[in-house]
Amino acid sequence: MTITKQENGSELTIKLEGRLDTVTAPQLEEELKNSLDGVSELAFDLSSLDYISSAGLRVLLSAQKTMNKQGSMVVRGANDDLMEIFDVTGFVDILNIES
Amino acid sequence: MKEITLEATIDNLQQVLAVLEEMLDELRCPTKPRMSLMIAVEELFVNIASYAYAPDTGEATVRFLPIDDAKGIEITFIDSGMQYNPLEKDDPDITLPVEERPIGGLGIYMVKKSMDDVRYEYKNDQNVLKITKLF
Repeated sequence: MTITKQENGSELTIKLEGRLDTVTAPQLEEELKNSLDGVSELAFDLSSLDYISSAGLRVLLSAQKTMNKQGSMVVRGANDDLMEIFDVTGFVDILNIES
Repeated sequence: MKEITLEATIDNLQQVLAVLEEMLDELRCPTKPRMSLMIAVEELFVNIASYAYAPDTGEATVRFLPIDDAKGIEITFIDSGMQYNPLEKDDPDITLPVEERPIGGLGIYMVKKSMDDVRYEYKNDQNVLKITKLF
């Protein structure tokens, strides 16, 4: 998985490419731990993400919890397969998903 | 039929997924069930790697069997670790607001939701979990 960060003041966009799974989720978790200080608007660009398992969902959920305390979070560009997973797991209701 | 027996560790997940992909290529499995199967195998193998033999490690066998004239697949996970039926775990409440959502329990839930059949039995001191997916 490739993680690309783009910062603009207190706005941070994180683009994920590849697979967010058991092996790569800790990488994103670590990245978030060091990146969210002072961020009030966080966006995930998932347009190049092919796959997400529960390990990846956990990291998104944890990011959402953090951002609820300090600002807002949005998820963009998820393909149909990812949307179905968000749907089945009820993540459509807890994440702010923009199509 | 393909079968792989290896030490159940997260480092070995890739090897199991490689066998799955090879099998799904042979069966010309469409994209959607492929994704569900990749997720299911990841979740179930990672469960074994994380809990079955904790804090030690042990072996797991994963068997892939085409069914219905290659219109589906049956995958069996076998380990000799602690007796554990993941299907008895309560489903997570997916209607809870974000602050109350527990971080966990989603993996097995995704498997149950996406497979056509999931069965567990404890036989000969082994956990045997079988999932079936029709394409």
